[in-house]
Amino acid sequence: MVAPTIGILALQGGVQEHAAHLRAHGAEVREVRTPEGLEGLDALVLPGGESTTMTLGIAREGLGDPLRAFAASGRPLLATCAGLILLDRDHLGVLPIRCERNAFGRQIRSFEGDVDVAGLDGGPHHGVFIRAPKVVEHDDDVEVLARVDDAVVGVRRGPVEGYAFHPELTDDGRIHAAFVARVPAAG
Amino acid sequence: MRDESTPRVKTGLAEMLRGGVIMDVIDAEQAKIAEAAGATAVMALERVPSDIRRDGGVARMSDPQMIKEIQEAVSIPVMAKARIGHFVEAQVLEALEVDYIDESEVLTPADEANHIDKWAFEVPFVCGATNLGEALRRIAEGACMIRSKGEAGTGDVVEAVRHIRAIRGDIKRLSGMDGGELATAAKNHQAPLELVRWVAANGKLPVPLFSAGGIATPADAALMMQLGAESVFVGSGIFKSEDPQRRAERVVMATTHFQDPAKVMEASTGLGRAMDSLEARKLGEDQVFAGRGW
Repeated sequence: MVAPTIGILALQGGVQEHAAHLRAHGAEVREVRTPEGLEGLDALVLPGGESTTMTLGIAREGLGDPLRAFAASGRPLLATCAGLILLDRDHLGVLPIRCERNAFGRQIRSFEGDVDVAGLDGGPHHGVFIRAPKVVEHDDDVEVLARVDDAVVGVRRGPVEGYAFHPELTDDGRIHAAFVARVPAAG
Repeated sequence: MRDESTPRVKTGLAEMLRGGVIMDVIDAEQAKIAEAAGATAVMALERVPSDIRRDGGVARMSDPQMIKEIQEAVSIPVMAKARIGHFVEAQVLEALEVDYIDESEVLTPADEANHIDKWAFEVPFVCGATNLGEALRRIAEGACMIRSKGEAGTGDVVEAVRHIRAIRGDIKRLSGMDGGELATAAKNHQAPLELVRWVAANGKLPVPLFSAGGIATPADAALMMQLGAESVFVGSGIFKSEDPQRRAERVVMATTHFQDPAKVMEASTGLGRAMDSLEARKLGEDQVFAGRGW
């Protein structure tokens, strides 16, 4: 079986941690900075970073329509933190959700703590929340995967999933393993 | 259950700033320009380093009112500088809930023997370093991000290059050493053996390594990234240039595409005049910021 090629949007942000997790689960990784970089990918990751910086970079590089087309093609897409914000109605509009930025406060309120993630076997995931957003609105067809108190911090619709926390900053590879496993076998 | 301000989340913010540009700003208006140009964070300070050089005198933490105005003006992280060893300035900045504190040689040091005990704070710290030993001493004190010192306010990138090459070179040399040699290296670097062993085993610092000091052009930013910096700070280089907004946008673009010469060329084209510069080698000993801290 040919290893799947998974892209990571690399305009800015926590790219290398995602790359390490994806490689550990057998994927080839490509950093994506231009529309051409999306060609031939089997799946895509939108990493954490600064959503404002990434939004401006997407506009500068003409990546908006290509990213929406990628999401519409049905290939798996994993987004974390700023990546989750990019998915919402006010940004790429890939998911019918709306996010509140820095919903838990400034850096001094950043935290880690256990989160139950729907579909993840083996107990809670230890979530790392850094100036994290939350999902404040979502349509009925969006499945809620995780909450902290009342805040929605994990969602999925079809092949697109997004988390307000950073599984890539932990040693828990379950979310990346499940993501890679959903990529249709290539070749 | 939530644990706030753990080493994981302190270092995590630095990791999320990778591949971006952190810009010095002196008021809310500049902060908005920086944010709109794609800065990942702003550094709030009363005078940019080139003005600190020109004006002389003691350079201190900024007025909290000014930092507050900047925090209200932008949604990206806001950093601010405290004097080396001035832990009360750091306490004030923590009370303001700035996102990162820079214990900075650009300000006039307040303590000639001790840096701030950064473990005592919930807000993470970035510190400057000119070599690996200095970087590891700062990390041992609790710094969660290291930047080259460079020579701020000059527009001359030579010192930032020297510092990044020194740190990266020292890391490479550690990788080939056995246990006994590492103990000697720890002594020579005046750094904790445990950290020296970690660096030797992992081939990198345990926290992100950014670059600062004298970066004035898109090509300067791409140079630092190709030399192994994970992100860049730009101080006087933007708002002391002829067209700050365009230069800011182009430095961001060159930092993203640092490995793509065609994109760096595009970013470098038609930028107007850079900041007025000083050659770092010709500074008098009392004008060199990088010598502050140890």
